[in-house]
Amino acid sequence: MNRREAISAVGFLVGGTVIGAQAFLTGCSSKPEGPSSTGLLTNDQISFMNEVGETILPTTPSSPGAKEAKVGEFMDIMLKDCYSPADQKIFMDGIATLDKASESKYDKSFVKLKPEEKHELLLTVDAEASKYKDSKKTDDPENHYYSMMKQLTLLGYFTSEIGATKALNHVAVPGHYEACVPLKPGQKAWS
Amino acid sequence: MKDSIDSANAPNIVGDASKANSFDAIVIGSGMSGGWAAKEFCEKGLKTLVLERGRNVEHIKDYPTATKESWELPHRGRLPLKIEQENPIVSKCYAFGEATEHFFVKDNEHPYVQVKPFDWIKGYQVGGKSLLWARMTQRWSEFDFESNAQDGHGVDWPIRYKDLAPWYSYVEKFIGVSGNRDGLYQIPDGEFLPPMELNCVEKHFQETVNKTFPGRNVVISRTTNLTQKHNGRGPCQYRSLCHRGCPFGGYFSSNSATLPAATATGNMTLRPFSVVHSIIYDEQKGRATGVRVIDSNTKEEMEFYAKVIFVNAGTLNTTLILLNSTSSRFPNGLGNDSGVLGHYLMDHNYRARAYGEYEGFEDMYYYGRKPGGWYLPRFRNLGKDKQDNFLRGYSFSGGASRRRGNVGENDEPLGAAFKEKLTEVGPWTMGVTGMGEHLPYFENHVRLSKDKKDQWGMPLLEIDSENKQNEENMVKDILQTASEMLEAAGFKNIKQTDSNQPLGLAIHEMGTARMGKDPKTSMLNGINQMHAVKNVFVSDGACMTSTACQNPSLTYMALTARAVDSAINELNKQNI
Repeated sequence: MNRREAISAVGFLVGGTVIGAQAFLTGCSSKPEGPSSTGLLTNDQISFMNEVGETILPTTPSSPGAKEAKVGEFMDIMLKDCYSPADQKIFMDGIATLDKASESKYDKSFVKLKPEEKHELLLTVDAEASKYKDSKKTDDPENHYYSMMKQLTLLGYFTSEIGATKALNHVAVPGHYEACVPLKPGQKAWS
Repeated sequence: MKDSIDSANAPNIVGDASKANSFDAIVIGSGMSGGWAAKEFCEKGLKTLVLERGRNVEHIKDYPTATKESWELPHRGRLPLKIEQENPIVSKCYAFGEATEHFFVKDNEHPYVQVKPFDWIKGYQVGGKSLLWARMTQRWSEFDFESNAQDGHGVDWPIRYKDLAPWYSYVEKFIGVSGNRDGLYQIPDGEFLPPMELNCVEKHFQETVNKTFPGRNVVISRTTNLTQKHNGRGPCQYRSLCHRGCPFGGYFSSNSATLPAATATGNMTLRPFSVVHSIIYDEQKGRATGVRVIDSNTKEEMEFYAKVIFVNAGTLNTTLILLNSTSSRFPNGLGNDSGVLGHYLMDHNYRARAYGEYEGFEDMYYYGRKPGGWYLPRFRNLGKDKQDNFLRGYSFSGGASRRRGNVGENDEPLGAAFKEKLTEVGPWTMGVTGMGEHLPYFENHVRLSKDKKDQWGMPLLEIDSENKQNEENMVKDILQTASEMLEAAGFKNIKQTDSNQPLGLAIHEMGTARMGKDPKTSMLNGINQMHAVKNVFVSDGACMTSTACQNPSLTYMALTARAVDSAINELNKQNI
């Protein structure tokens, strides 16, 4: 898989273009607007993002979920190193927005919600994020915060050891190639 | 540079002072063609100095990411934004990523001037870009060497297929090429290891195309990924992580094959961190006597001497060195009596791509990650096919795979069921890339900057080249034929894109010191020897008189092995 394919795979999974993909593919001529701080997310925010991740990709009988794969820690690194200051701000503000939505609907912060409440709330936000691209005004930011959270969850999970080896089928060194083999019932995709 | 070694005033080299720095042969560059020159000279018993401007990269030992899993890379393969922003040119290269960036030259490490947009992708290290290549190896056909003479674009090649055929065989036997004997005159069969196999959808595509479109032949890629152990290397382990360097020696690189062979003779002196400033020309003797080198770490200037010099610095750096090698006899660059040095820069036309999804073969999958796919050799302007709006033609490469994840439009977008869907095997998809021949144009050229210099005091290269109408028209046809083949084979959601990428990004830069029969219109003769300086040879991409549409490295290697053989004959006859 080359980078273009990697991007299109992620883009397909979340049903949209990949945030930062333009810079990812072509480089970018503009300079960053300011210095990016280190350790962008606090420990609480990392825990928060692990809960968001776990709601998107929960632990199931077949494999551990995003929290065990530490997608929150992964997001902290990616946000700091691979996102523009503008996108970083959208993401950080998004954490507060999401928590506020939780408070106003359930009177509880997001991390204290029951799993089914988290699921319900994120379904609403997911729908909102899906519509955002089409409904946004010209001056609105390019990306919706939840789209970033979801993309990073998927990318982080399926490239983690847990995601690659337990959720998917991982063979580090295949050793040989078989061009046409029957797909076994229930067979997972190659990592 | 100090005045003392200013090229126009270089002292003649005499006496014992030069002995310690004297060799039988000097090879400038250790990449795809330089590695071959090194191996051939050393195996014939010549004491050979190989100069490499970059650092040393030893096979296996210096492949730091070769066995890293995705989760062992902090950004899982992606590069930090800062690196991409600082490197807008090399970041365009598909192979540049977190696991490979150490093999690429960063934009600011060696700047150049883009008079018109040109993406110059560089790998400065022992082995050069042979670590990073796409490994596809097709021979040129008889007609590829005749096209210039037939349609009058570019000068005639001084050689024909029959001159190179035994050298293709010689090279293939050493490097190892997996492929099928397809019997196609566009890509003559070679010395093949067993072929890889097309997967179900690729086979279906092959059957449909070959039946529906007479003259178009889909074949398995011919590649230097080894399907069996070969000369102590490989076989390929089907990890498809080639660009990190292969710890199994599963594909050909200078590092894994030619340089170890040269080392084994005891005749090679490899000097990394050696930027070649120019070639020393002795006006009295009428020949080159050696090279001026700048140590890239210490900036120390030094000279090395030899009977014969091979310039294999990689197309544009080869020409940069020659342009910078001036003397009273050659004020416009070494051997440049014709004025063509720097001109006729070409690069393959990789702008056009298409993509489709296939419904079917849902019960079939594959095991392993095949580092290749299919290849469709040229079919335009051949046989009965005659195109009115462009000359020459193009080939295709492509491959099918199944997407990871099988989420439908109506599936819930998060939660347990979503996660399970993401682990399922998704639909088949196929990508197709056109690879077009680029015509030689005099105006497409490089020259030395008159005022800008790099960190070693060398003039910057100014690159002034562009696609013209023939290339534009070809792009349109590539998009059309790619889509019609995907449609015929039942693909859906077909998308076509013209990347509009400038020249350079195919990383098949060729020409600027071309071969030819006539010293008035070319730099090199039929054995890659300079018409005007008989002991200097150029056998990397700079020597190319046309591009054809095959991947070029195999041809560079065959030309190099042949040129070394010729050079040794000339040395033995005391002609040089």
